[in-house]
Amino acid sequence: MGASGTALETSDSATSDSATSDPRAPESRTPASARRQRQAGQGSWWNGLPGLVYLVALVLLPLFIILVYSFLSRAKLGVGVKWQFTLTPYTELLYSESLSGGRSFDPTYLQIIANSFWYALITSVVCLVLAIPIAMWLATRPPERRTALVFAVTIPFWTSLLIRTYSFIIILNDNGPINGALRGIGLIDEPISMLYTPFATVVGLVYTFLPFMILPIYASAERFDFRLAEAAYDLGAGKWTVLRRVVLPSVRPGVIAGLVLVFIPALGSYLAPELLGGGKSSMIANVIAAQFGASRNWPFGAALSVLLLVITLLVLIIFAIVAKRASRAAGRGGWEALL
Amino acid sequence: MDASAPALSVRDVTKTFQTPEGGQVHALDSVSLDIADGSFMVLLGPSGCGKTTLLRCIAGLEAPDSGQIDLRGQRIDDMPVWRRRVNTVFQSYALFPHMTVAQNIAFGLQMDKVPSAAIKRKVEASLEMVHLSGLGSRKPSQLSGGQQQRVALARALAKEPEVLLLDEPLSALDLKLRRGMQSELKRLQRETSITFVLVTHDQDEAMAMGDQVAVFNAGRIVQVGEPREVYLRPNSRFVADFIGEANVLTGRLDTYGLVIESLGLVPRDRLLDGTLLPAGPVHVAVRPENVTLDRDPVGTAKVTDVSYVGGDIRVEVQTASLTIVSRVPSQRVAPPSIGDRVSVSFAVESLCVVAD
Amino acid sequence: MTELDAPAGATTRRGTARRARRGVGAGLRDFPTFRAVSYLVFAFLYLPLVFVVAYSFNSNRVVSVWRGFTFSWYAEVLGNDDIQRALINSLRIAFIATIVSVILATGLAIGLLTMARAGRTFAWTLIGAPLIIPEIVFAIGTLALFVQSRVPLGVNAITLAHIAFCIPFALLPIRARLRGVDPAVYEAAADLGANEWTIFRRITMPLLAPGIVAGALLAFIISLDDFIVSYFLAGPGGTTLPVYIFGMIRNAITPGVNALSTLMLVASILIVSLSYLLTRKRR
Repeated sequence: MGASGTALETSDSATSDSATSDPRAPESRTPASARRQRQAGQGSWWNGLPGLVYLVALVLLPLFIILVYSFLSRAKLGVGVKWQFTLTPYTELLYSESLSGGRSFDPTYLQIIANSFWYALITSVVCLVLAIPIAMWLATRPPERRTALVFAVTIPFWTSLLIRTYSFIIILNDNGPINGALRGIGLIDEPISMLYTPFATVVGLVYTFLPFMILPIYASAERFDFRLAEAAYDLGAGKWTVLRRVVLPSVRPGVIAGLVLVFIPALGSYLAPELLGGGKSSMIANVIAAQFGASRNWPFGAALSVLLLVITLLVLIIFAIVAKRASRAAGRGGWEALL
Repeated sequence: MDASAPALSVRDVTKTFQTPEGGQVHALDSVSLDIADGSFMVLLGPSGCGKTTLLRCIAGLEAPDSGQIDLRGQRIDDMPVWRRRVNTVFQSYALFPHMTVAQNIAFGLQMDKVPSAAIKRKVEASLEMVHLSGLGSRKPSQLSGGQQQRVALARALAKEPEVLLLDEPLSALDLKLRRGMQSELKRLQRETSITFVLVTHDQDEAMAMGDQVAVFNAGRIVQVGEPREVYLRPNSRFVADFIGEANVLTGRLDTYGLVIESLGLVPRDRLLDGTLLPAGPVHVAVRPENVTLDRDPVGTAKVTDVSYVGGDIRVEVQTASLTIVSRVPSQRVAPPSIGDRVSVSFAVESLCVVAD
Repeated sequence: MTELDAPAGATTRRGTARRARRGVGAGLRDFPTFRAVSYLVFAFLYLPLVFVVAYSFNSNRVVSVWRGFTFSWYAEVLGNDDIQRALINSLRIAFIATIVSVILATGLAIGLLTMARAGRTFAWTLIGAPLIIPEIVFAIGTLALFVQSRVPLGVNAITLAHIAFCIPFALLPIRARLRGVDPAVYEAAADLGANEWTIFRRITMPLLAPGIVAGALLAFIISLDDFIVSYFLAGPGGTTLPVYIFGMIRNAITPGVNALSTLMLVASILIVSLSYLLTRKRR
């Protein structure tokens, strides 16, 4: 699973007008609300009701329960919570309780949150650097080949995240093909330890989320009017100047959308740090999972989840302020290009 | 049934749309219209004038806010679309892309529970009528625009509706194809003697096809009549301007006649309905082909533009206060040059006093 | 000579003429190194998967040291009772989740067309939520919901959760299809005498069918491949194939993991390609 709810939303409003009115009829210049009225055979809004009810029950309700749990006490035995209000789950983020009951400042979780941010940030930057060239290259291919190539970019997304992450265990381990190749050409004698390091985690994250960066940038680049580049060449600009001054500013909405689509899911990643980081590079999601697993501290896990959700929302809002049009590009480029 | 009763009668139909800003648009403002049985009625007007809204109200695709629509004396405005004996040819053709041509045509007949043998016959006959025999097994996407248009026609006509509604059916075709389809439509209308109601914004098309033309402006019908009548005797400045080209001059009607500034006086008895009109300032429309220009070194007008339009020469002249357009067949006279001085005259019978 | 006469921007002939005229014509759209980077990115995207597939045929028990070619891991994997049980669980979940999510998504796609603006915004937020919410949060949220409402964990619990996040994936192709339909065809059908039900049966459904199938295929692989949500909701008897693979990776990585992974990769790629062909074909 990936990211981008807002992207979906705005992509709808951007295109809904063409869906509800016939652009060919001159009279369709009558107001949109008039066209939205129910027309024969087009169904009705209540067709969507069962789906909405389902999503409320299985998406909104779980979030609400998480919020409630984050203010409850941990169960003494087994799973679940004790129905007693407390703020402990949130203070646990900063303080640890010693056996004697005293509290002391404990930066462990702050460190993990900072790590998560840091990994997500590196992942976003690396994805961006890789994605711009390939997105531009894709956008300049002949149309017939272009669709097939774009599809080729999306295929890995549709394969199992678990297997994709696992594949790097094979690649990065001490006997793996990379170490094998380096030894083979005599560059190293001892294998380089890559697996179970933060490096492996970031490589796994980049691998997982790269398509989410490529697709929105590609969608922007595809709409780029190359006559603008021609005009710039005509005025004496060289290739890199054209790229920097003319092309990149035009694909900015795609870049911003790509950053949202990569940064947010990367921040909440579970599998890459779990399988590739080897416990040395835990992220927020791993701590949450641990609370619902071995640690049996559901309220604390819930509080961390609330924190992750709030961060996600804040990041979304910040990006939305940075570029109002970004999410629209994400809608077209991200999900619509995937499908 | 009374033979002279209209096939379709529209009474005081009003339709208002809400704008998203909370305003209102009167798409139809108390529109009334009678359409004679077996006639070809054209609803003509600029974009957004309400003509398509009226068509959709008749079809049942839009519900009027008030008013009444009768089909052969039976009230239909509260009847659902699928029960009305009225069919539509859509502007976008709206052929069902997942069905073959034959299935498209058969669809409406299946809805009427026509036996399948009869359907087969009717589909064949309909295809033949629009010269598409043998293309029944094609998908719409395999047809040209003109052929799709014919399928849309055949599909609607196969149901033998009381009235056939055509919503800008030719607007997507190129000029040459459109001319061909115009005569084709007229032929079909004559042969089937079904009442046709066609919407268009193209005045040439309206003139070429209609037995009757209803000119729309801003949600109202401003004039109904035969094409020739509407052309020669526009009843308003809007109609004069919208249909063909017209010189609209301001003048004054007094006891003796019509005075047009810088051009002269026309006695009242030579004007159409001249004796009935009240005195006061008026507008007078005159068609360019009724304006005569004569080379005259001391004429009051000066030629400012000369161009060829079709087989005619269109000449624009400037008098002290007016711009006047004249149009004459090009082979008749040697064209004047820009800067020539000319005198301007009208055939008095062609003057038409119009409302504002 | 003909190259000289070709207008700038015309498709270029490859080879000598192009090299000789660097900086002229269509080559202006290319930027240096972009092609090379693109090839590298494609290699990066596919090589890891290629290695998984390749090592699934490795006869060496040590996963990443090649010894020789064998099919034996496939036989071993397919003959394993636990894996068969997990596969049956996965398929059962995916089938039911697909059917239910496609029905709900079809309703949503149709409903969205006529929803008022506020309703649509709300609906899209809900539909997009499973995609934007970190999966771990969604997983433990549904876990908490089921524990709280005493829904037993296992195959059924997983199915219920999968339906929710399959909805957006099922919805998008259906919606794309619906948007490509000229709304006048519904009017035409009504005009020709079809009532609401007939229009739905004879016009709407046949037109949506390719989108529905494409959406179903996507929902199916999304459900089949899901690990995190299934992992938390599996309970004692609800082990799915990805959950089983995770266990194998955690305990001891054998080439059997590669064989199983290869089978899942092939299934995913086949299904998504089919979906792709269905949505592209008629454009």
